[in-house]
Amino acid sequence: MSALQVQAEAPLAAGRARGRQARRWYRQPALMAGIVILVVVVGMALAAPLLTSYNPIAQNLNASLLGPGAHHLLGTDQLGRDTFTRLLYGLRLDLRIAFIAVLFPFVLGVVLGSLAGYFGGWVDVIIMRLVDIVVAFPFYVLVIALVFVLGPGERSIYIAITAVSWVAYARIIRGEILVAKRQDYVTAARAGGLSSLRIMGRHLLPNVITQAFIYAMSDIIQDILAIVTLGYLGLGIPPPTADLGSMINDGQNFLSTHWQLTTTPGLVVVFVGLGLSLVGDGLADLLRPGQ
Amino acid sequence: MSAETILEVRDLRVRIASRRGLVRAVDGVSFDVPRGGALGLVGESGSGKTMTLRAILGVLPPEAQITSGEIRLDGVDLVQLRGSDVNRLRGPKMAMIFQEPMGALNPVMRVGWQIAEGPQVHLGLSRGRAAERALELMRRVGIPDPERRFRAYPHEFSGGMRQRVMIAIALSCDPEIILCDEPTTALDVTIQDQILRLLTRLCRESGVSLVFVTHDLPVVAQVCRDVAVMYGGQLVERGEVREVLLDPRHPYTLGLVRSAPDFEYVRESLVPIPGSPPSLVSPPSGCRFHPRCAFAEDDCRTSETPLRPLPGVPGGRSTACLHYERTLEAVEADRARP
Repeated sequence: MSALQVQAEAPLAAGRARGRQARRWYRQPALMAGIVILVVVVGMALAAPLLTSYNPIAQNLNASLLGPGAHHLLGTDQLGRDTFTRLLYGLRLDLRIAFIAVLFPFVLGVVLGSLAGYFGGWVDVIIMRLVDIVVAFPFYVLVIALVFVLGPGERSIYIAITAVSWVAYARIIRGEILVAKRQDYVTAARAGGLSSLRIMGRHLLPNVITQAFIYAMSDIIQDILAIVTLGYLGLGIPPPTADLGSMINDGQNFLSTHWQLTTTPGLVVVFVGLGLSLVGDGLADLLRPGQ
Repeated sequence: MSAETILEVRDLRVRIASRRGLVRAVDGVSFDVPRGGALGLVGESGSGKTMTLRAILGVLPPEAQITSGEIRLDGVDLVQLRGSDVNRLRGPKMAMIFQEPMGALNPVMRVGWQIAEGPQVHLGLSRGRAAERALELMRRVGIPDPERRFRAYPHEFSGGMRQRVMIAIALSCDPEIILCDEPTTALDVTIQDQILRLLTRLCRESGVSLVFVTHDLPVVAQVCRDVAVMYGGQLVERGEVREVLLDPRHPYTLGLVRSAPDFEYVRESLVPIPGSPPSLVSPPSGCRFHPRCAFAEDDCRTSETPLRPLPGVPGGRSTACLHYERTLEAVEADRARP
């Protein structure tokens, strides 16, 4: 084969390699299973008004504590509210809060981590001491304490989760930036007279954000669990709004006779967590550099 | 300083803090680059060439520091300038081309936008105008099909094409001087020749001066008019390229020439320089080359050896060697050999 031929075929080979990589994502059974689970769960949550005609908070004391049946798919609770309906609306609320709650710490952690990693020195010392302080407390202790102080509700959940889980993003991004800023392309960007802000935003972050993104996938699970836990402890969304955590708690009183009241929301949480972690792992494998 | 000089480096010293102690990476280096001229800076690995370049541009690694000296670019002392003021000069006044074009290009940014970024920031061009300028630069540096390649990523380019992109980035803001850090070392020989021709042609066309760091003597001879030889953080010889390489007056230059293949300096076999480069944490006293020098005498161990003009030789020829006549004799002996 002549040199010319080799040169001509090189881009083709590169194209083929890219095609292989692009095709590969749906060949991963775990990732595929996770996506299916998430699509089903999120789809059901979004389509809640279409899937059920009941109101999640309308009480009907004549029909309290019914077993599963034709009218009430999963029965009713002690106030006669349809369990299936409350599940769907609870899922809707908890998923929404979790997806929003993951954004704030992501942004805050990425910004502070970049500053610490890029500038080093006292900026780094201050930010990382702050991280150390937050890390010193167990996650739930700090979240529960913060929500307790701020009072139950959606806003408190956002604040508490942001205040606690930004540290993981900050650590990840700081470490990545420390490595990346040693690369020649950063020196080249400096040599091109670009400002620090521009170098961080346009040159460093696009190269390191993947790691934070992968972590965010597993962080959502932690957020959902935190929201459900807070609801269970009565610190989440105030009643009568449907929420998986408070449903688990409410059903506890009837565990011996109506176990489905507690068990089904619990199973839904597990199912959502499974879907998210399968997707998170799959994406991590796909996005991780060098794969 | 004359109006003809674009870059003037005086007694530049750079220290690097390392675990073994303070490394005197650059130790009292002085040179001038004439406007539109090209100065080669040669020496083996670790002689301080790259640190000199990075000190000029102000992009030293965090553990390195300029401890004294002056770097005057167009009359302005860069050492005294604050960060943001230097930033305004990088790009429109001076630019750098790196050894590894793959590492020096952002892997996740389309090359067209990497070229267009400088003009956007420094020349205040709009996105569209900067993109047009990038396309024009890509044509000038000989990247085929620039409209399509504009949207490609660095990994889709060959080594030579990446270095062309680097040249386009360096030229993007019409700098007055380009600092090249072994720009062809990572390329194979045929591509190397193309890149060197391109670089010298573009610089000649737009009157850009060059500082060209390399350890490759034929490359210096191809690109530069003047050359400065660096050893152990100091300059040991300086002059016109052909004079220095064909008629060296410092035993280290002689050693470099003797150990390099395919230069006009004809000899039967390559002769390596014995020993290894000096530790720059505790450099040898006197002349830093004396432990490896065949001609060393007692005074080489004790006296300081600054660069001094060679008596009776025009063209700014200077050497740091106390006994440069010995080198001259050796060169003549080499020539006399059949």
